Amino acid sequence: MSNVSSSAVHHEAHEHHEEGFIRKYIFSMDHKMISKQFLITGIIMGMIGMIMSLLFRMQLAWPNESFGFLSTLLGKWAPDGKLDPNFYLALVTIHGTIMVFYVLTAGLSGTFSNLLIPYQVGARDMASPFMNMLSYWFFFMSSVVLLISLFVETGPASGGWTIYPPLSALPEAMPGSGSGMTLWLVAIILFIASSLLGGINYISTILNMRTKGMSMNRMPLTIWAFFFTAILGLLAFPVLLGGGLLLIFDRSFGTSFYLSDIWVNGVGALNNTGGSPILFQHLFWFLGHPEVYIILMPALGITSEVIATNARKPIFGYTAMVISLLGISFLSFLVWGHHMFVTGMNPFLGEVFMILTLIIAVPSAVKTFNYLATLWKGNIQFTPGMLFAIGLVSLFISGGLTGIFLGNATLDINLHDTYFVVAHFHLVMGSAAIFGMLAGIYHWFPRMYGRYMNNTLGYIHFWVTFAAAYLVFFPMHFMGIAGVPRRYYQFTLLPEFGIWMDVNVLITIAAIVGGSAQVIFVWNFFYSIFKGKKAPQNPWKSNTLEWTAPVERIHGNWEGDIPTVYRWPYDYSRPDSEEDFIPQNVPDEGHSEEKVAPKTAPVAPEHKEVEEDNSVSFSILKRLFGFAR
Amino acid sequence: MSTHAASQETNQSVWRGGVSPFNVSYGKLMMWIFLLSDAFTFSSLLIAYGTQRFSFSGNVDTPWPMPDMVFNHFPFIHHVHLPLFFVSLMTFILIFSSVTMVLAVEAGHRKSKSEVAKYMLMTILGGFAFLGCQAWEWTQFIGDGARLDFNKFSLTAEGMKYAEGLSLFDKYHWDEGFRMSGPAVFSALFFLVTGFHGFHVFSGVVLNIIIYLNVLKGTYEKRGHYEMVEKVGLYWHFVDLVWVFVFTFFYLI
Repeated sequence: MSNVSSSAVHHEAHEHHEEGFIRKYIFSMDHKMISKQFLITGIIMGMIGMIMSLLFRMQLAWPNESFGFLSTLLGKWAPDGKLDPNFYLALVTIHGTIMVFYVLTAGLSGTFSNLLIPYQVGARDMASPFMNMLSYWFFFMSSVVLLISLFVETGPASGGWTIYPPLSALPEAMPGSGSGMTLWLVAIILFIASSLLGGINYISTILNMRTKGMSMNRMPLTIWAFFFTAILGLLAFPVLLGGGLLLIFDRSFGTSFYLSDIWVNGVGALNNTGGSPILFQHLFWFLGHPEVYIILMPALGITSEVIATNARKPIFGYTAMVISLLGISFLSFLVWGHHMFVTGMNPFLGEVFMILTLIIAVPSAVKTFNYLATLWKGNIQFTPGMLFAIGLVSLFISGGLTGIFLGNATLDINLHDTYFVVAHFHLVMGSAAIFGMLAGIYHWFPRMYGRYMNNTLGYIHFWVTFAAAYLVFFPMHFMGIAGVPRRYYQFTLLPEFGIWMDVNVLITIAAIVGGSAQVIFVWNFFYSIFKGKKAPQNPWKSNTLEWTAPVERIHGNWEGDIPTVYRWPYDYSRPDSEEDFIPQNVPDEGHSEEKVAPKTAPVAPEHKEVEEDNSVSFSILKRLFGFAR
Repeated sequence: MSTHAASQETNQSVWRGGVSPFNVSYGKLMMWIFLLSDAFTFSSLLIAYGTQRFSFSGNVDTPWPMPDMVFNHFPFIHHVHLPLFFVSLMTFILIFSSVTMVLAVEAGHRKSKSEVAKYMLMTILGGFAFLGCQAWEWTQFIGDGARLDFNKFSLTAEGMKYAEGLSLFDKYHWDEGFRMSGPAVFSALFFLVTGFHGFHVFSGVVLNIIIYLNVLKGTYEKRGHYEMVEKVGLYWHFVDLVWVFVFTFFYLI
């Protein structure tokens, strides 16, 4: 079945021949190399985005200090060693753009979808390796264009990563609205092309290239997460493309889709009015909200896999995990209005958005409790990857709880555009997703490079990052409740916010410490690629198919035939087995996991009767609490 | 493999690896997924149209123009009221090119190279005809004074009265004071959305030409199946379907 369609594409899979440098490392069509390209580009973008955040954090903590190195580093953007206000806004904007799109969408989903989808479903490569290569190079071009925009004379886009009109639609609105904004739009359109090419590939690989025996309900939860992520990206990004097209016309061709009357000094500033900036917000957030889950879901998938492997226990509630991913995906398209409660939205509509938003708490809680239940009484191996996965669960809880506050329209009117929002999304989607990404990097590093990363450095990295994440973002909740608005250059002229000065200093110091921990990580990463301890084929004793492939990563993934799958991926610590793990390709002798595959062996009649004697509710309870196992 | 595993396989054949659950090749699947995504792009533009259109409903100062009074030209027939005649012709051409595309796909199933080539050529000609019609339509529209930031097709109260008096095939003449400048979004959206659709048709024609040349070269005959024709067929029908919505939104409502 799968072999028919895949052999046409990968006829060279069996004859593993040496490729030239360019084919192997640059214009590579091998999913493993492409995932490394995504990862390293993502890490570089992440470092740039992080340094930007440290720069504007310094401005917030010490608004009256002058730092000599800033004027050396930034030139005219930091005259006398103090950030220029316009450049502060540009930093905030580009930090957000880089982190949301370039690190946590492409860097996270791009890396791990590419690495794990062909490996874990048992395919030689993606459905279309060529499109996969294009996907990376569109992403690369997009990154380059965005970085170029940092060097234009009027500065990069400065209207916030949400690029609301009129700051984005009127080229003369502020310095950053000029060519910086144009380059931003070009970068994002390239990014959408990349995400489209990637997403089409991920979905069709998952649906069409699964190996024999890999039924949908035997797929690891990572694959389910990438699957739903790809669907979200595929349906949400085109809407941003539509919105972006209208915005480009407004900027360059004199239309006014998003521009209503704007008065400057008592005179109408525009020839052309009649549009609505709210329209852009609707189009933007129709992407923007699913985007949050595009960021988060791969991290959740990675966490499921890492936690189950390192707790040496089957994941708790596999089906519930899949259904909650499905529920989150579906709901994520219906809640974009909760970003717009203060736009003068009809209160009834606001209420609908509010209720739908709060419903998302249900699948999220299902996932959280399932993680906790998987950890419960597990034989936990505290690898750095596992620590980051547990860290994700912690951040997901503390960031998710404030989502319930913000989802309420009435509370949101007070909290909107304050540091409370900043704290919420940095914990739940920023830090949590970064933690998922780091968990994935530590966990699959042996798979990518055949070596371990250094454990001690990993532990230092984790504990410093974990503490810093809470120290940076937790105090922001209190600032937000007190009404401190986000995106302000400095608060020295607002005496009522003076009391927060010390907190700002604390946050900035924590951010600098947390940032230095990432330097440890980057050093560990690049050092281990070349000098790390050699890893065996299956270092974490994991069940999924990628660990059955040879350590030297060959084009085509497996020598000889692709393994056949006989069981679900979470057969850890089975009492009837000597080893505490049974890889998916081990034939199933007489047992079949009831949770995954319905019993097909004829059931003895007397046994059947016993089953029927139980009341339905009792059997549900048994199953729920795991007594049946 | 034990008999047990074999029996399991027969029980769960639908979702068991390979090309299940949709039982199509990955290429066709990719085209479907792309079209789904593209549908969302068009939806976002049409929804943007909807919001702008209805924000002007009931607006007396700057009423939305009546499409019947804007698109009533026909080549070689001057100043005769033929509302939507030309755009109906365009629509017919595009839908007819979809029919020839279906015939090409069907001929592909029969592996009849000459017929596939014939119908592909007809589809390409249909596509070019549609693009030509669109160019003529844009030329008329621009010649009448439509710009991205300006339209003068909104009817005044007098113009309204005059328009109501017009019936099919009447000679018409727009006096001063019948028409005024209205919402610029009308022409801006017209250019943007029909232009975006036209870009899709153009891409489709290019794809069709590539496939046509491959058919002539015998690439698919050697390959043993004409699935590529089917894939561009999917795209072509999608573009056609989108036109139905564009037509409805811009000309009928």
